[in-house]
Amino acid sequence: MEQRTHSLRGIAWLWLGIAIAVLVVGFRQAIFLTPAEATMGDLYRIFYYHLPHAILGLIFPYVNLAASLAFLFWRRRDPLKALTADALAVAAAEVTVLYVGICLATGMLWGKPAWGIWWAWDARLTSELLLWLLYVSYLLLRRYSPSGQAGTLGAVLSVFAAIDVPIVYMSIQWWRTQHPAPVFGPNGGGIDRQFWPPVLWNIVGWLLWGVLIMLFRFALERRRQLAEQEAALQAIEASLEIPQ
Amino acid sequence: MNYLRHVLDHLRKDLRLEWRSRDSINGMLFFALLVVVVFGLAFDPTGYPTTTRQIAGGVLWVALLFASITALNLSWARELRNQVLEAQRMAPSPASALFVGKALANMLFVLVVEAVLAPIFIIFFNLHVLGNAWLLVLILPLGTWALVVNGTFFAALGLRARNRELLLPLLLLPISLPALLAMVQGTTGILTADLDSIQIKTWIEQLAGYDIVFTTICILLFETVLNAE
Repeated sequence: MEQRTHSLRGIAWLWLGIAIAVLVVGFRQAIFLTPAEATMGDLYRIFYYHLPHAILGLIFPYVNLAASLAFLFWRRRDPLKALTADALAVAAAEVTVLYVGICLATGMLWGKPAWGIWWAWDARLTSELLLWLLYVSYLLLRRYSPSGQAGTLGAVLSVFAAIDVPIVYMSIQWWRTQHPAPVFGPNGGGIDRQFWPPVLWNIVGWLLWGVLIMLFRFALERRRQLAEQEAALQAIEASLEIPQ
Repeated sequence: MNYLRHVLDHLRKDLRLEWRSRDSINGMLFFALLVVVVFGLAFDPTGYPTTTRQIAGGVLWVALLFASITALNLSWARELRNQVLEAQRMAPSPASALFVGKALANMLFVLVVEAVLAPIFIIFFNLHVLGNAWLLVLILPLGTWALVVNGTFFAALGLRARNRELLLPLLLLPISLPALLAMVQGTTGILTADLDSIQIKTWIEQLAGYDIVFTTICILLFETVLNAE
């Protein structure tokens, strides 16, 4: 156990180093190396941070959903595995709130100079805000739930919340919209070849960073669960001792 | 067939409980009436008929949404008295029958409130419907079901939480926003006649799709919520 913790810590430091290195390269590409965009100039550089957070903010909810479904599956069959899945679900939900929040914030910073307004109630923005609200309400539900039920109730809400994610993705095709057309995919507008390096470096960098903080939060939640189990076990043992 | 009988039994029980106390309907009705009056005072609807038509759909649905939230907690709190809920959990009938019965009962209560509120609303807001008013007969029940089915589910979900009165709106409002958008847009489109019939049809279809998707998930997951610990 000691050995395993030690090697895991080494991997975490290595991972952190790689993530920071990739983010530094991405920053250099995005801010210094790539030429200014034709119509928007330097304003376009915020896109290199907006896009990775938007994409990853749509991936972490799926981690949360998968962990929640695993929790619901193992809840009765294998409670210890279910607890692990629950810890992953919490970690993914918190990273989702963070990434979607950054996506909304960078979008607003871009929107003010480009559109003249901070916020437009268009389909894509509204759906993204809705995603953020759903995961905040998920975290609130977990906090308010009676102990022992937080996992189950949260997992059920997660199934509801995850249905919102495809709506976010499809919305740009369903409703007319102010948000620029999708960049990637079959109907994507595409970007010029010279803008590819900063986009890719930043996607990889923020992916590494997001996975790192998610696993960190997961380890923290596991420790909390183990401490709780330990305390419960001690309470049971204490109640079994015969008073002298 | 057997499932239907269980649902009808639950529905009959809830209707009888409500008939004897009339707590939910009276509370909702007065609350919705007050919201309409407050908005009426805040916006002066008779002075600006065009603006009134544009906001009336939103005001009506917000009033109904908040009013139904007050009643939804009550409908489950009833089951807590004398450990009725524990008895329901032990009953051999499927758990989702309890949910469907209660959702149908809540739906009927909100429809009664709507039937009383709609004429009052038209009088107080001095409304002249410019579009095809008959489409409202389609939008109102679809929208009400969207609010009630999720509301009943989340009220059960937060039933044992520390502060369930606060928790229900926190969960219900984000989930209901797409449905709220569809019903407000549809209703406003009919009141102002700004939308053509294809656009209104799209909103109605979205509302119906939302109803089908969320009713299915609620029925599938209700047993998990009922036996959460």
